[in-house]
This record gives sequence, structure tokens and C-alpha cells, in this order.
Amino acid sequence: MSDLIYRVKDLKVSFPDLAHKPLFGAAPRTSVLKGLTFDVARGDVLGIVGGSGSGKSTLGRAMIRLLRPDSGSILFEGTEIAQLGEDDLRPLRKRFQMIFQDPMSSLNPRRRVGGIIAGPLRLQGFDDIPRRVDDALEMVGLPKSFSERYPHELSGGQRQRVGIARAIALKPDFILADEIVSGLDVSSQAQVLNLLEQLVRDLGLTLAFVSHDLSVIRRLCSRILVMHHGEIVENAATADLFANPQAEYTRTLLDAIPLPDPDQVWA
Amino acid sequence: MHDARGQIRRLPGLRLWLSGGWLLLLVLAAVFAPMISPHDPLEQDLFAARLPPFWQQGADPAYLLGTDSLGRDLLSRMLYGARLALTVALVAGTLTCLVGATLGLIAGYFRGWADLVISRLVDIWMAFPPVLFAILLIAVLGTGLTSIIVAIVVIDWTRFSRVVRAEAMSQGAMDYVASAQVAGRSRLGIALAEILPNVLPTIVALLTLEMGIAVIVEAILSFVNLSISTDQPTWGGMIAEGRTSIYQAWWVLVFPLVALFLTVLSFSQLGEGLKDYFDPVLR
Repeated sequence: MSDLIYRVKDLKVSFPDLAHKPLFGAAPRTSVLKGLTFDVARGDVLGIVGGSGSGKSTLGRAMIRLLRPDSGSILFEGTEIAQLGEDDLRPLRKRFQMIFQDPMSSLNPRRRVGGIIAGPLRLQGFDDIPRRVDDALEMVGLPKSFSERYPHELSGGQRQRVGIARAIALKPDFILADEIVSGLDVSSQAQVLNLLEQLVRDLGLTLAFVSHDLSVIRRLCSRILVMHHGEIVENAATADLFANPQAEYTRTLLDAIPLPDPDQVWA
Repeated sequence: MHDARGQIRRLPGLRLWLSGGWLLLLVLAAVFAPMISPHDPLEQDLFAARLPPFWQQGADPAYLLGTDSLGRDLLSRMLYGARLALTVALVAGTLTCLVGATLGLIAGYFRGWADLVISRLVDIWMAFPPVLFAILLIAVLGTGLTSIIVAIVVIDWTRFSRVVRAEAMSQGAMDYVASAQVAGRSRLGIALAEILPNVLPTIVALLTLEMGIAVIVEAILSFVNLSISTDQPTWGGMIAEGRTSIYQAWWVLVFPLVALFLTVLSFSQLGEGLKDYFDPVLR
């Protein structure tokens, strides 16, 4: 079982429910993740799918410890990270990275592209940083001259490439991609997806791809985790899930995919 | 991949030139006041009292902008007055900015109990009428340059805190902050290296605005005779003196008033201009 990147067991996350906060005292907590258990194997491209509010982004953010879970265990390559403090997490951070949904807000508008990609490298103590920045830009198909640009001088698709370059520059073992194409137009979506597919192939990335779009997930992912109301309703290989969905909710999701031909069926 | 986005540049606008020009003139006037003043600003000559400015009948070319009711040269007094106005603007403005922006950044980014304390403090502070508060403070501290500066800092830090807090809060919710955390930057590092540069244009705009306000506060305090010793020329003091003889010698009131107006206007316009200039998205 050494080839598991993540072993997640009984993961629970809750947020304070400020709408129902009493005048005095703490707000009651709403449970967002209700005890999730699953594994991610090395080389997997895991699709996490579900409706809005199903907890899929929360799950991603808990996995890379942007938030601290209430309870449960997250084993990352054998290290328990669920309750680690920020100082203990720092040396591990280069091994799991994230690509964000909104490429405009995830790039600091006052830094040039080169500085944005170099920042994490510098923080994590890498050497030979200029070369690594150039390599990362090349891998995502942007010319080196772009390192002199500010984010607002790029198009949406180019910005998302910078976001990808920043994540892969650290050569992480795991990358979380949180709805990374939902803010892009269809042709940029296709380009970014092609790029991601190619990177997964070339670098042997382990990827978790959070999306509400099953057709995108189907194209990219080897396994799919279907979430509904903070619980995993189905966890299966992509082909099996589309051929033979087990859960009622998965069937509803599949039926909701718009098809080019209304009479066509998934087969 | 080539497009025009990388090539857009903006020039500093006209208002940056005009406001910067007036303030530069003022700085030169303040620095070289002893050399360029035609008269001693305190020298009285009762035979030359209330001489009009040079273009009016009965003017004495030696007194370019005329004299006040004690026969002191208006131009020289304004040049010396610029010294005090600029000192107060720069020192009080900068100190207010440092105190207010630091507290605002802490409240807005670190949140929690620090935010609670600072925000309540701001609420309480804002409930005091500022001019009365200033007069009260000077009455306690005694008159003098230091007291004026302390009074301005104590009263006006809330202006910075409120705005910087709100700005830091909205910047803190941006994904680039989460991304810096994913990269392993510490909380303090994020506040200083990620958030502060993005709040800086706002701080610069507020800073120059505050410098204008400091000039006004100093003038108000001089007007009610609570600034510094009466024999040192200040714009506010000159306006107060001019008020008593406005029907006989309007120029004693009007010239310092115009200088005050232009200075405050220039400071606020400089801030707006710099804000645009520093913002890479607008530049």
C-alpha cells in the first residue's frame, strides 16, 4: 500500500453558522463534510464532482490544509497532517500544491509573472530559481518573455497557465485543481484541459480535479468521487461510473449532462 | 504569443504635474524662506501699515503683497508660514499614516480579538467632534509644534485604520493570499509581502489627503490661537488677524487663504494622481 498518496479517514469539517448565531455566545456549527473515507493512489487523476454546496471544494481545501478539519485523519505519504500547525506544515507544503478557480484573484496583481512563479520556489528554498521559472513557463506553453508581465496584461487562459506553472514549478507529488476551467470560455477551457492532460502524462502527476462538470471530469479523470450533502455517494473508476452508476444521485447527475444529440446515450 | 496588453503605458497626468508643481514651489519657499524673504516677517512698521498689493494704487513696490495692520510684510510672513504648514503636513501626516495603517492592517488581516479591540476603539474615537477634541488636547498638552503634531495623530489615525482595515479584509479574501499560504508563507509574511503592496495605493492617497488635513487643522488651531507662539507667522494666524480688518485690507485675509486652499487641494490631487500612477492595473 506504499503507493497511496492520500489516505483519508472519517474526515469531518464544520463551519460556524453565522445566520443562526445567538446574540451572545458562539454560533452553532454546520457540518460540511460528514466523515469521508477514501484513498488516492499515486498517478491517479481523481475527479471530485457534486452540486454546489456538496462540500467538494471544502474537501480539497482540507486535503491541502488550507483549513483545519474538526476530526479524522489525513495521511499524506504516510505523514499525519490533519491537525498539524502551520509551522510544521511549511516543509511539507512543496509536496502538495493547488491551482485556483479564479486565475485573476489567485495571482497577486502587483507581482510580475516571473515573481509569482519564483515566490513559492524561494520560500521553499529551491536553488537555480530563474531556470526553474523558465522551465515551468515552457511546460505550460508560455514564452519566457511573459515573466516580465503583470497578471492584468494576460488573457484568462494565459493567467490560468501561470497558475498551473506556479504549482508544477515546485515538482509536487500532488496537485489540487479547484474548478480551474469554470471561469474560462470554451476554447480556453479546451486548451487548459489539453495542457493538463499532457502534464499528467509527462510528469506523472497525481491530481485531484474538483468540478461540477461531469463531461470535463470524464475526459480527464481515472477515478471519480461523487459528493452530495457532505458525503461520498459513489467512488468508482470513471468507465465503471459512466457505464454502471450505483447511486441514485449519480444517475441524476449523469442525466443532467447536456448531450449534443438528445437521443444519444452514454455507452 | 504577442498582444497589446504588454505594451500599454500611461503618462503621469496633468493633475500630477500641477499639484506636484505647486507643492514643489512651496517646499522651495519654505526651505529658502530666510534668503528670499524681502523683509523680516516680524518687523513692524506702523507707517507702512495696510499697504495694498502691488497692482493697486498706493502700493509700495518693496511690499509685493502688501502689509498687515502692523505694517509687517505679507509675502515674507507667508513664506515663513509655509515652513510650519509643511512641517506639520509631512511629520503629522506620516506619523498618522504609520499608526493608523498599522492598526488597520492588523485588524483587517489578522481579525479576531485584535480586530474587535481596534474596531471598537475607532467607533469610540469617531464619536468625538474632532475640532473640539483637538482644542481639548492642546489645552492639556500646551501649545507648541509637538503638541499640534501629537493632536493630529491622536485624532486622525482612525481615518487610516478604517479604510486600511476594509481594504485588507477584501484583499485577505483573495485567492493569492491562500496561494501564498499554500506556498508556505507565514501570516506576518503574507500581511507584509502580499497584502501591504496591494493596499499601498490606497495608503498613499490617504497619506497625501491627511497632509492636506493636517495643514487645515494647524490653520484652525492657529485661528483660535492655540497653535504656537503668536509671534511666529502661520497661515491660520494670518487669516485670524486678517478677519478683523477685512473691510480695510482684504489682502491680509485672502492671500494666506488662497495659499492654504491651493496647498490642501494639491495634496489631495497629488494623492489621487499617485494612486493611479502606482496601480499596475491602471498604469
